[in-house]
Amino acid sequence: MTDMIVIDKLTKRFGDLTAVDAISMTVRRGEVLGFLGPNGAGKSTTMKMACGYLTPTAGTARVMGHDVVENPIAVKAAIGYLPEGAPTYGDMTVRAFLGFIAQVRGFDGAEIGRRVDRVREMVALDEVINRPVETLSKGFKRRVGLAQSILHDPEVLIMDEPTDGLDPNQKHQVRALIKDMAAGKAIVISTHILEEVEAVCSRAVIIAHGKLLADGTPEDLLARDGRHNAVVIKFAFSGVSDVVDGLRALPEVAAVTDLPVLSQNGVSAFRATPRDGKSIILPVGDYLRAHNVTPEEMYVERGHMDDVFRQITIADGGPADDA
Amino acid sequence: MRNTWIIAKRELASYFATPLALVFIVIFLALTGAFTFYMGNFFARGQADLEAFFRFHPWLYLILIPAVAMRLWAEERKSGTIELLMTLPVTTTQAVLGKFLAAWVFCGIALSLTFPTWITVNVLGEPDNGVIVASYVGSFLMAGAFMAIGACMSAMTKNQVIAFIIAATVCFLFTMSGLELVLNFFHAWAPPLIVDTIASLSFLVRFDAVMRGVIDIRDVLFFVSLIAFWLLVNVIVVELKKSA
Repeated sequence: MTDMIVIDKLTKRFGDLTAVDAISMTVRRGEVLGFLGPNGAGKSTTMKMACGYLTPTAGTARVMGHDVVENPIAVKAAIGYLPEGAPTYGDMTVRAFLGFIAQVRGFDGAEIGRRVDRVREMVALDEVINRPVETLSKGFKRRVGLAQSILHDPEVLIMDEPTDGLDPNQKHQVRALIKDMAAGKAIVISTHILEEVEAVCSRAVIIAHGKLLADGTPEDLLARDGRHNAVVIKFAFSGVSDVVDGLRALPEVAAVTDLPVLSQNGVSAFRATPRDGKSIILPVGDYLRAHNVTPEEMYVERGHMDDVFRQITIADGGPADDA
Repeated sequence: MRNTWIIAKRELASYFATPLALVFIVIFLALTGAFTFYMGNFFARGQADLEAFFRFHPWLYLILIPAVAMRLWAEERKSGTIELLMTLPVTTTQAVLGKFLAAWVFCGIALSLTFPTWITVNVLGEPDNGVIVASYVGSFLMAGAFMAIGACMSAMTKNQVIAFIIAATVCFLFTMSGLELVLNFFHAWAPPLIVDTIASLSFLVRFDAVMRGVIDIRDVLFFVSLIAFWLLVNVIVVELKKSA
């Protein structure tokens, strides 16, 4: 089975508010899906329904073939879920807490110890294993939550903001762990840290106001930025208007704009933006070489996830321009 | 059953992980002692029985059991661990039963620690130990009924203080429903059948019967079905919150 999570017109209404509005999507084995959206977009609500915590108003989700409305226990057994904020029982020690999870997950006897030891190593909990969870730092608490979610080595892993509140080193560790596990699993992480999407996700979905607005690889999303594949050129001298005019005339180039922020002290800088988002570094390079102009610096912009995110989530005015 | 037991064990351990268990047990023992020997005139009665001891149990439970029950669900809701618990492969019924059993067993532990009083009365005279055993069983069942009410109220809110106050109020109504104070309110407008039904729900009336040493199957059934009823409501409340 490759379609591990199938979300089918999932809808949740709280009174008059439609938090999640008929979202459909599929997550396959080997995918790390980044679930993006502004605060209040419906990310957490969607995840809570997919793992059986909230009952959908309409629609359903199937995890490993089990329907979450009809057979929630099978879904819960198949999923590893890290709730937002990684809640844990504060009065228990890390070992007792993970032992409790192992028992509820159906492990017995020596297997409990083996499972706990395995995740203890995976998320580096050795030094705190006998301490009560409530005495731990935020980073450790988060890792205990993470350990809890992967204890039974689930094939489907759903994590609500797994790196929220971690320092850059801890974020790196968690992302490395997610990447390591990705091959055999279907993983969904929600986040509003956009660099995370580029760092770990093989696919990204953007939702706002409970609606699905974009679905594609991080590259696909970046390509939506007007600056995707734009070339920035810096010259160590001024008086290059001829060259600029020449670049403008190239068929692949849509526009060349002055970059006043970078153009100081005799330096002049320009951005050439491409037509159709295609790569223009070669024709631009050829042109410069042909005219014997040597730039001081030249690089291709990939576009900014932030800009794409803003563009998609703010531009959305409702059903009229549904993506 | 296995999951119920695992949850009950965790829940019971968490009572003892905080000072709550110690504080509760010490206060419970101190109050039962004080009531028995001072207000109950244990010695002056000149009788070798524990009526003076058991007579105050409903009143102690009225305050102390909602205090034990209030954290059962409200705390999970407040700290967000309910999301963790309810996404583990356990049913709502297993979770409700596990939590209730842990709290009930905890009360049982506190109750069993009153055994020195039992020894005392045996040293001083020759009590009817059958009556005493019956009273202990009755007291434990009544504690379970109070606890089921408290657990259910705790599931309704994330605020423990609110859970406590509502639970104590409901417990109070059940305790007092056989007394004129409550019945007068109904006499004015309700048909006699309803008034009788309300009167029959009284913990005091039932517990009085048990204390006399007669374990009537109807009294046992009363407490057991009351426990079952409130746990069922508890399950429904937890389920409703999921789809709210």
